[in-house]
Amino acid sequence: MKRGFSWSKVVWIFLGSLYFLIPLLATLQFSLEEGRDRYGFGSYAFILSDPGFRQSIWFSFKMAVGTVVLSLVLLVPTVYWVRLRMPRLRPVLEFVSIMPFVVPPIVLVVGILTLYRGAPQWFVATPLILLCGYVIHALPYVYRSVDAGMQAINIHTLTEAAQSLGAGWRTILLRVIVPNLRVALLSGSFLTLAIILGEYTMASLMLFSSFAVYIAYIGQSQANPAAALTLISFAITWAAMLGLSAIGRRAGADQTQIGGAR
Amino acid sequence: MVATKKERTRPLVWVGVVPFFAFVTLFLFLPTAMLFVGAFQDEAGGFTTENVSNLFQSQYLGAYRTSIALSALTALLGGVFGGLLAYAALTGGTPRWVRSLVTTFSGVAANFAGVPLAFAFVATLGTTGVITQFLNEALGLDLYGSGFSLFTFTGLAIIYLYFQIPLMILVIAPAIDGLRREWREAASNLGASSGQYWRYVGLPILAPSILGAMVLLFANAFAAYATPAALTSGQVSLVPVLIGQTFQSDVLSNPNQGHALALGMIVVIAFSTLLYTLLQRRTARWTR
Repeated sequence: MKRGFSWSKVVWIFLGSLYFLIPLLATLQFSLEEGRDRYGFGSYAFILSDPGFRQSIWFSFKMAVGTVVLSLVLLVPTVYWVRLRMPRLRPVLEFVSIMPFVVPPIVLVVGILTLYRGAPQWFVATPLILLCGYVIHALPYVYRSVDAGMQAINIHTLTEAAQSLGAGWRTILLRVIVPNLRVALLSGSFLTLAIILGEYTMASLMLFSSFAVYIAYIGQSQANPAAALTLISFAITWAAMLGLSAIGRRAGADQTQIGGAR
Repeated sequence: MVATKKERTRPLVWVGVVPFFAFVTLFLFLPTAMLFVGAFQDEAGGFTTENVSNLFQSQYLGAYRTSIALSALTALLGGVFGGLLAYAALTGGTPRWVRSLVTTFSGVAANFAGVPLAFAFVATLGTTGVITQFLNEALGLDLYGSGFSLFTFTGLAIIYLYFQIPLMILVIAPAIDGLRREWREAASNLGASSGQYWRYVGLPILAPSILGAMVLLFANAFAAYATPAALTSGQVSLVPVLIGQTFQSDVLSNPNQGHALALGMIVVIAFSTLLYTLLQRRTARWTR
């Protein structure tokens, strides 16, 4: 008996892939156009030689790495401690971690800008304020992966074993718990990287030139280089997701791949 | 059981969670509280309900209507097409590589939102887009002459589906994987046709997951700012874009009105999140 194979499925998948591939192919053609019926890599050369490109992508990369680091530093000890010692706080933590869905970036950024209007320059005039917004933005994804990672290992036994060998809290966290969470932390990091590298809303309202803000700026005046940038950005997202699924395969489990609204 | 006696000095246990809760208070809860306060303040700082009651004036009410209609439409279409695609790609008979390609691509496309997505569609269906020109030259069909425009409600809906459909595939995949083959075999042993199986077994089991996923899609589209901001520059009046404008053109607008608009967004999303949670509870019954 053939199981579920049918031509209608093939047709659906074919139509679906048309809808998803055509814009990418159109963008590719657009990015290669140099005037009427002439094609070349001019747009890519223009983008790669534009200092704005390097600056903005470097800025976004630093923000993404900073977000990953600060998120993990905040969440790993907290989730660990709550699971170990304060299990009654877990529902609170769950609740807090889905709050960024209820308060989307456009709302959060307005709130942060209003609250810190008169704050010291070293905070509001530097990317530090954006970094803090990003950590909140990434919170649901990082929390989910850290929590899933802790779920999969027996932190109570590991902690007891480490303690009986005389380890202090720092040693337990950094040399026992974190190495065991490697896969979960990596997958959370890749997703965060993909999300922050393409973040537009908060950066543009806080007036920072992130990668997405730069793409929007180029798009206002130069359509073809904007198409080239679009494909570069797609390739970056794709690379981050491939990293994510490679980790997922090694872990033998499905990883969260859901970004959310931009 | 874990702690040694020395560490069980109770009062200090909570210290471990202070940094995290201090952080979310400073950058999530207080900023949100500021919006609540600001929404009920006039420009001099006095109490007023004017900003909130203004939300029911035609320009703001219209923006909420458009935002909700766009989110509901793309949640529905994204839900239906995403569900069908997920079913086609993930159930029996499909080669393994198709399956992993579809899920990886969905991960990419669901995250490929925002400014680049807007430009991809400008290159495709914009006034000089590849498809627009192809239709014009090959078939003599003038898209923009016949009233279509990418910078309208319809255009935005087509673009939103590009991240809504993949999101649906990712969210619904576990539920579709959870449909047991035994159920289908049991139904057909009892003489049910394929249509009857879906009508009486498959869809009732999937219904809460499908509805829950659609609520998630709704909130996802409702919150989207980058795509419409980069694309329409305010030609289609959506709530997130209006909020953005309130805070970017600081000369003529009243920031407290922006706070009220933001408050309205929180209310709509909170309501749909509540709905999602309720539907999730129903789903949990079957996915054990």
